Amino acid sequence: MSTAHIELTDVMEHDDHGHHEQSFISKYIFSTDHKTIAKQFLISGIVWALIGGILSFIFRLQLGFPNMDMAWLRPFLGEWINIDAATGIGKLDTEFYLALVTMHGTIMVFFVLTAGLSGTFSNFLIPLQIGARDMASGFMNMLSYWFFFTSSVIMFSSMFISTGPASGGWVIYPPLSALPQAISGSGLGMTLWLVAMALFIVSTLLGGINYIATVINMRTDGMSFSKLPLTIWAFFLTAILGLLSFPVLLSAALLLILDRSFGTSFYLSEIYIGGEALPNMGGSPVLFQHLFWFLGHPEVYIVLLPSLGITSEIISTNSRKPIFGYRAMIGSMLGIAFLSFIVWAHHMFVSGMNPFVGSIFVLLTLIIAVPSAIKAFNYITTLWKGNIVFTPAMLFSIGLVSFFIAGGITGIFLGNAALDIQLHDTYFVVAHFHLVMGSAAFFGMVAGVYHWFPKMFGRMMDRKLGYIHFWVSFIGIYSVFFPMHYIGIAGFPRRYYSFTNFDAFSTFADLNAFITISAGVTFLAQLVFVFNFFYSIYKGKKATPNPWKSNTLEWTTPINPGHGNWPGAIPKVYRWPYDYSKPGAKDDFIPQTVPYSETPESNLPHEQELAEKEKKGDTGIKVE
Amino acid sequence: MVSNVQIAGAPKKQLSINPKKFILWLFMVSIVMVFASLTSGFVVRQAEGNWLNYNLPVELLVSTIILVLSSVSVQWAVRAAKNKELNQTRLGLIITLVLGTVFLISQIWVWSILVENQVYFVGNPGGSFLYVLMGVHGFHLISGLIYLLIMLVRAYRVDKASKIQFQLGQSATYWHFLDGLWVYLYVFLLIYH
Ligand code: HEM
Ligand SMILES: [Cu+2]
Repeated sequence: MSTAHIELTDVMEHDDHGHHEQSFISKYIFSTDHKTIAKQFLISGIVWALIGGILSFIFRLQLGFPNMDMAWLRPFLGEWINIDAATGIGKLDTEFYLALVTMHGTIMVFFVLTAGLSGTFSNFLIPLQIGARDMASGFMNMLSYWFFFTSSVIMFSSMFISTGPASGGWVIYPPLSALPQAISGSGLGMTLWLVAMALFIVSTLLGGINYIATVINMRTDGMSFSKLPLTIWAFFLTAILGLLSFPVLLSAALLLILDRSFGTSFYLSEIYIGGEALPNMGGSPVLFQHLFWFLGHPEVYIVLLPSLGITSEIISTNSRKPIFGYRAMIGSMLGIAFLSFIVWAHHMFVSGMNPFVGSIFVLLTLIIAVPSAIKAFNYITTLWKGNIVFTPAMLFSIGLVSFFIAGGITGIFLGNAALDIQLHDTYFVVAHFHLVMGSAAFFGMVAGVYHWFPKMFGRMMDRKLGYIHFWVSFIGIYSVFFPMHYIGIAGFPRRYYSFTNFDAFSTFADLNAFITISAGVTFLAQLVFVFNFFYSIYKGKKATPNPWKSNTLEWTTPINPGHGNWPGAIPKVYRWPYDYSKPGAKDDFIPQTVPYSETPESNLPHEQELAEKEKKGDTGIKVE
Repeated sequence: MVSNVQIAGAPKKQLSINPKKFILWLFMVSIVMVFASLTSGFVVRQAEGNWLNYNLPVELLVSTIILVLSSVSVQWAVRAAKNKELNQTRLGLIITLVLGTVFLISQIWVWSILVENQVYFVGNPGGSFLYVLMGVHGFHLISGLIYLLIMLVRAYRVDKASKIQFQLGQSATYWHFLDGLWVYLYVFLLIYH
């Protein structure tokens, strides 16, 4: 309690913050400092991203080179490679293929792009950019990480059990996921999946509650909502989406657990296995889909919004221009956040749902394209005629905009129920969401790492390696996912082990091989990033206090901020964060901490009035 | 950088309430979402037909009344703490804990009556949903009981009521919430059973 009171009433009491002697454990392991927790999330996220990437490459090998001898993978995969006794050729186990797809999806969506992304940047930037000493509750924040860690350990260990990890897809639709008779992964593997995800949800809620409470209650003097950087708006709305949607996944999972282990029939009905009827009657698998996608759709925005916020910040800073349409950006994020709760059934057009209900969801789904388009236009207009500084972070942000547009357009096709009958569960969908969600969010995350690395570690990442990383990834990702549109339109279903039995698909064999090779190259480029990241932590060039000439508060802290962030009083805020290249100003940027009374040369008329008020000691700043 | 700050009139303090209080409210929002999804699942599934209809046992009204009473007693404890009456606070907490436990026991009693009426946990989802709603609520109620128990222990450790007043208020808010949640579920079940 006491700390919270002190933070609100008298910040000066925290002056001695940086000088605590802390043991190794309380400083680096069970730390309650938001900056350390952010780094823990980041490094865990990177590890998970590598694991998820390797999994995808294994199943891509199968798709691209279906005749390949995989015996050489036996040392890693053991029994999952079946050796043909006669020929000695090794083949990937068909059920394990599905397990790979499932774990890849789960890991990337939840562990990398939810925990790794929000966990890193919400934790790191919220206190630093709103001017707070730490999160509302450092203890809950620490718990959030350790729940995530435990969940990670369980999910990881599920890959090493003899029946294999969960295999029903990241959406775990019953009855497949409910019945161990259906697929071996639905045995213990699925149980571990559910346990891990329950812990994961707890972690997300602990973190999200903290982010919301901190943004609302702990902003420094002058930091009204209309002066908040767009990053913070994005993290804030993301946390609200999570708070409202993750508990629903928890309910869905709970009912699934009951069906699996306690014999209830929430999702199961009239199932025959080997000619014998199961006792379960009266359940509805569509109910699960409703519950799942009520989380699932907001979840895709939980993944994307933080990246959009990061990008707004980076594009404005490196275009040396105010973000175009600050209020429109906030408005469209609010619109997206709201709409994302009422479009979920567009994932279920062919589930047997009432077609009339489907057509309502078509309408709502297409409306969400409007705020998405507003955001895309605003990025482009911000870039337009800017003095663009092509840092690696900037390149990745521009890459995000490109993926967001390319993938968003295909969303409009999928949003039409009639077209979706053809496209559902094909590679077209895979292409859509890997561009708009996977790659876009991933680029935002990487951009954020390049941009805030100096603040995190006091050193700079290597630029040249950053450029290599960008160009290979950018071209690589388009080479992987663009061809999938054609394959999908041609009718390739997703989650199929092999297409060699269908003559119609053999024309695409070369394309599939090309995709696999591109995926391999793209993956190798990520190793460049990993090397750059860890090398620069120790050996990177020393950072200057404000390397990107940015306006936001985090750059007013010492290069290596201690516990409590600012050694002296917390700075106060006088203006919005986007005063770049203001006509008349001395520099091409004016930090948020500079009062209007110090910048008479660049003030607009109404700002001049504020400056007069500031001089009189009156507070010109309204609380909003 | 920091020195800039002193020059002009201070920018206004931002409106804020105690973050710890706020955290509790957000936590309750997440619980609301769990029950909102379960009850909407209930309604959606029921609309599909093949649903077990049953009468709610009247005994459920008894447990509802017990829980509402416990809200009164916890509020009494909070009032007492404000008036610096530590002994009354302790008594109020004890009464609340007892009522809360009796509520849980009576919920189990209701379950046994349901079984007698051939409404089972395993079987038609109509019955299963009822058990799940009651069970998940009961689970949260146990967490509320633990919170109150901690407060009771603290109430015996301190010499002045003011020392636990804030936490007591928090635990009472949570308890009222759990009570309100149950009343919602009860009314919901009355309408949709
Ligand atoms: C213009 C806006 C968008 C529209 C109209 C749209 C529409 C759709 C539709 C109708 C589907 C279902 C396709 C099917 O399964 O047959 C879908 C799938 C998907 N969308 Fe979008 N989308 C849009 C933007 C986004 C964004 C911004 C993201 C992520 C940040 C996203 C992520 C996904 C994902 C992950 C799936 C596939 C989930 C799965 O089945 O595994 N979409 N989209
Ligand atoms: Cu969706």
